[in-house]
Amino acid sequence: MALDPLLLSRLQWTWVICWHILLPAFTVGLASYIAVLEGLAFFTGRTMWSRISAFWTRIFAVSFGMGVVSGIVMPFQIGTNWSRFSDVTANVLAPLLAYEGLTAFFLEATFLGVLLFGRKLVPPWVHFFAGLMVAAGTLFSTFWILAVNSWMQTPQGFHIEDGRFFPDNWWAIIFNPSFPYRYVHNVNAFYITTAFVVLGVAAWLLRRGRSTDEAGVMMRMALNLLIVLVPLQFVLGDLHGTNTLKYQPAKFAAIEGRYDTVSPLPLTLFGVPDDRAGVMRHAIEIPALGSLLLTHSRTGTIKGLADYPVDQRAPVGPPFFGFRIMVGIGVIMLFMAVAGQFLRFGGRLYKSVWFLRLCQWTAPLGFAAVIAGWTTTEVGRQPWTVYGLLSTAHSVTPSLTGTDVAISLALYMLVYLIMFPTGFGFMAGIVRRGVAVAEAPPDPIQAGRPIPPFVSAEEEPDHVA
Amino acid sequence: MWHSLVPIWTAILGIGIFLYVALDGFDLGVGILHGLAPPALRETVMNSIGPFWDGNETWLILGGVGLLAAFPLAFAIIIPAVYFPILIMLLALVFRGVAFEFRFRHSGLRRFWDRAFCAGSLIATFAQGLVLGSFIQGFKVEGRAFAGTSFDFATPFALLTGVALVLGYTLLGAGWLVMKTEGPLQAWSRRAGRIALIGVSISIAAVSIWTPLASSAIAHRWFDWPHLLYLLPLPLFSVVAVIFTWHSLGRDCHWQAFLGAVGLFALSYLGVAVSLWPMIVPGHFTLWQAASPESTQAFLLVGTLFLLPVILFYTGWSYWIFRGKVRGDADYHGA
Repeated sequence: MALDPLLLSRLQWTWVICWHILLPAFTVGLASYIAVLEGLAFFTGRTMWSRISAFWTRIFAVSFGMGVVSGIVMPFQIGTNWSRFSDVTANVLAPLLAYEGLTAFFLEATFLGVLLFGRKLVPPWVHFFAGLMVAAGTLFSTFWILAVNSWMQTPQGFHIEDGRFFPDNWWAIIFNPSFPYRYVHNVNAFYITTAFVVLGVAAWLLRRGRSTDEAGVMMRMALNLLIVLVPLQFVLGDLHGTNTLKYQPAKFAAIEGRYDTVSPLPLTLFGVPDDRAGVMRHAIEIPALGSLLLTHSRTGTIKGLADYPVDQRAPVGPPFFGFRIMVGIGVIMLFMAVAGQFLRFGGRLYKSVWFLRLCQWTAPLGFAAVIAGWTTTEVGRQPWTVYGLLSTAHSVTPSLTGTDVAISLALYMLVYLIMFPTGFGFMAGIVRRGVAVAEAPPDPIQAGRPIPPFVSAEEEPDHVA
Repeated sequence: MWHSLVPIWTAILGIGIFLYVALDGFDLGVGILHGLAPPALRETVMNSIGPFWDGNETWLILGGVGLLAAFPLAFAIIIPAVYFPILIMLLALVFRGVAFEFRFRHSGLRRFWDRAFCAGSLIATFAQGLVLGSFIQGFKVEGRAFAGTSFDFATPFALLTGVALVLGYTLLGAGWLVMKTEGPLQAWSRRAGRIALIGVSISIAAVSIWTPLASSAIAHRWFDWPHLLYLLPLPLFSVVAVIFTWHSLGRDCHWQAFLGAVGLFALSYLGVAVSLWPMIVPGHFTLWQAASPESTQAFLLVGTLFLLPVILFYTGWSYWIFRGKVRGDADYHGA
């Protein structure tokens, strides 16, 4: 069989978006964290805050640079591989993407330059302001891009002419039914992801006995945030799920792995979905709990996938497992947040080796949860790009051959497999060097030349003398 | 489908794309020159674009997304038609961007990342030139979709515009280095700039001869009376810009060569616009036919008219903060 350009284009999109989202998942939270640290440094005047901020800003610079370049790829994907989607939806969606660029990207890029290079060129309050602007930029960006994604999930505020969408009501388009839930759920997830990274890095520094003062502060800040945000995430997730049940019932059925319609609804903890036969094999179920948890009533039920036409069903596997991975990680995170507070009030936080180890191991969990959650919602939307209105098969560029996309996918894989591991390695290197980096004596070749830009302004702690 | 916002959006997008070309043009050019510069001067070459390249590249996103928003049909036809040049450009920009970050962090592999930075800049520029050439030549279209193959971009004309853009960005980069540096690097940049300028002049002449020969519409546009009279200033000013840039590169001037190079780009850009107006998909769709509905353009215009000046203001402010020469013996924060 010839290579299928549709399938390959979907794989290519999956490849570039999955790598890309790891960076915003981290930088959105980190930008806010840096803004807080800069604020503390500005208002208290204590150099410790500047040191912690400088440490994370070094890491931020690398991840943000990777986020920018992998992000530039994304809008062009919509043109190269999904040009029919572009033509059909652009009237409604493109202004939102353009607003993302106008409100967020320039703000982030410009003020990051000031944050990185400008500590000694601008007054302290401007430096703090730059931190705030970078953080605001990341949140604006998330706002617009999630408005676009949410409209694809729950479209409204438009009419259709000649097979294309035309806008009627911009407020309705932006604040479409799933958007507020997706936004808060997602931003909260990004904050939690960052907090777990901060926690893991702090634990590593503590165990190595490096920069222990700063590491202790980082750990307390992360734990204080997590004890609020992790429980909150369960509430927000539940609200988001209820919204999905109302507006995307077929997706909801796929997430629950529910092929038949029964009442009261059991909760399927685990199973092996078989789409062809339309049954969940080896299912482990708790009777009636599904009704209670999902529909918040004793006998409530959801329509099983068997009641939908075959060509309007999402594949069950990815959303079913993705959702369970996400929730499972959530439970681990809740344990970490609570255990951390217990240890802290018992005064054993910094001495508890098992907990510090756990903090290191759980540091990347947020990323896994973000990928799992997005897999749930994106594969759950299939077979549509615009839910119920535009199919994925009608969105792909007609001129593409399977060979074209195979070549491009191979190249994207090659470049990303060099770039991302190297980038993560560099960030690990920055962590290894610790918070208060002593200025290395310049080697003879380097002498008399400026210090490299992306480390220069932040590398050295403020000179007191 | 005539509506009054189309000329406004044409102007905004035209200016936006030109800003991208001029701004990322100089830092891509600096990237190309980085590989050619004497090794001892390379750090300064790199530092001259440190705080800027991120923001410069952002104009590319705005250009792409702006085209999608204001002229979606053009986006949906042009981008798939240049599938491989866009792919190559994106990968090269990715490589170049991360090389910029990584080279400072990894002394062991610094030479590798230095080369990646130079090669990425060169390839990205060449690929943009391919896009330009393919765009001028036009595409095979059926209905509302591109109907050719993904290899249609590979024509002799597109190769010419690819080389031309490499030379052009190199000239911009040299102008930037003359402005931002001093001493041996500035002297070196002056020589490099002059070599690039010779290449640019030949390329502009070649494209100017080639396009009217290849397209009778373009020939009529330029040579029918009285068009010739109105349009004569474009080639004349181009000659003036070339001479001005040449002299500025030779004398003890600092910012004039960069200005001359930007001027030359602006004139060439206008030349392409004159040749193609009012088509946005040459041979198939005018700006008006490819435009999004007025409701879309109006919604985006409201914010753009407010936000674009703000962006230009703080972009200008950041250039102001990092004004002056990048010196070899002191870094930005005056330590």
